[in-house]
Amino acid sequence: MITREPEYFPPPRGPLGWVGRTVMFACRPVGRATILFVNALLSLRYIFQKRSRREVVMQMYVYGIKSLAIITIVAVFTGMILALNTGIALRDYNQEERIGVAVMVSMLREMGPFMTGLILAACVGSAMAAQLGTMVVSEEIAALEIMSIDPVRFLVMPRLAAMSIMTPVLTFYTCIMGVVGGGIVGVLLLDVSWDVYLDNALLFGEVKDLYVGLLKALLFGIIVTIVSCHCGFSTTQGAVGVGMSTRKAVVVSFLMILIAGLLVTGMFYY
Amino acid sequence: MITFRDVTKVLSGRAVLDGVSFNVKRGETFVIVGPSGAGKSVTLKHMVRLLTPDRGDVLVGDVTVSAAAGGELELIRERFGYLFQGGALLAWLSVAENVALPLREKTRMKNEEILERVHETLRLVGLENDGHKQPSEISGGMQKRAGLARAIIRRPEIVLYDEPTSGLDPVTSRTIDDLIDGLREELGVTSVVVTHDLHSALSIGSRIAMLHGGKIVELAPPAEFIKSSETEVRKFLESQFITKEGSWGQAR
Repeated sequence: MITREPEYFPPPRGPLGWVGRTVMFACRPVGRATILFVNALLSLRYIFQKRSRREVVMQMYVYGIKSLAIITIVAVFTGMILALNTGIALRDYNQEERIGVAVMVSMLREMGPFMTGLILAACVGSAMAAQLGTMVVSEEIAALEIMSIDPVRFLVMPRLAAMSIMTPVLTFYTCIMGVVGGGIVGVLLLDVSWDVYLDNALLFGEVKDLYVGLLKALLFGIIVTIVSCHCGFSTTQGAVGVGMSTRKAVVVSFLMILIAGLLVTGMFYY
Repeated sequence: MITFRDVTKVLSGRAVLDGVSFNVKRGETFVIVGPSGAGKSVTLKHMVRLLTPDRGDVLVGDVTVSAAAGGELELIRERFGYLFQGGALLAWLSVAENVALPLREKTRMKNEEILERVHETLRLVGLENDGHKQPSEISGGMQKRAGLARAIIRRPEIVLYDEPTSGLDPVTSRTIDDLIDGLREELGVTSVVVTHDLHSALSIGSRIAMLHGGKIVELAPPAEFIKSSETEVRKFLESQFITKEGSWGQAR
């Protein structure tokens, strides 16, 4: 059940009570988010039902296509900044034609999935947490449960499926746009021809970088969805609570993305 | 049909329900009244296990709701319709889609049958021309009626109403009362209504229970309820200008 009874904890007694309470408050959201993730995974078996398919496609449109504009701008500027910084450093060694390598590898390995994850956490995760939080406050979640409609299958599963598909796709798009942005700076400011820039980029971009980047993207998509849905479902205290849940969803998603990114990089490249 | 046996519920360190016992009979309209924070909505939520008692039992028929889980709880909940205070309509679905939701999700009815049933139910609540509208485009009273249509679309045995007339103008309030009464007479549903509105309670209730301080201080048919000598009941009645000589009791 998503609808939970209001909880009340009397003030803890003594230092040991405080420690116990702190540990409990730290561990409980992790446990609940894990249970939510497992339930959402189990609900994926309903994904081929007509209504679920339609809902997944709609969520893909809302979370994917509607984020394209902001992702394009951020990706192009990230590529341009990367190219400019690397180009200025490499010019001292007359190696500015190598900026393609730096931009491609940085985008594929780190910047592509990382920037996409952060943008989705800020735009999509916050929207998810706010929507689900509002639904909790206005008793829509309780209404679903009384109708015996599982909120995880009805609300979380389509979002999880849509984000798991769209985050890698958007990450790939971010990488392409980043490389294009880098190329623009290379051609206009560093006098590197487009062909040389692209040859360098494609020559040193490895397939491993691509799949590790896409794996990270998938992981970030799952993190943003589960963290945001969990924060939304945990909303209490009306409109103030919705604001707090939204903020928490973005902050926790950011932190989790950073930690998960480091772990995956360490696993594949260390 | 619904039995509360010595139910106690503590929320935020306070006993909201303190040893509450009563029985709702099949086919009656059981009204729970009382001041804000008396535990009326909490009582309602126990019936569908949105809340679980700390002590005591809640039974629907012979089944203990407070101990039910999984499929059993689902079966119990399918016997209920629940009208929430704000209607609790899903904001991104139209009124008709909201009303159709329980049928689409929980039955194998064909689309034509669902559309027909939705139209019929919307007509029952006077919203047959508003099915295409979004919840944000209709008034509070219409949202409640749409919520009621969704609550009764699967023809439940029991309908629970949480403050069905709060925040509504007197004319719309009477329309809702007539709907509740009509459902009892036409479909034979058992109704449990939580309300502040004593006029409404006296006009639709078969029996009225008053909650105060977590306990039931009065439980009687309307005619006897207005004659109660219980201090809290008298205060509550007088606050709404209802006297012992009122003619509410004869309305039923």
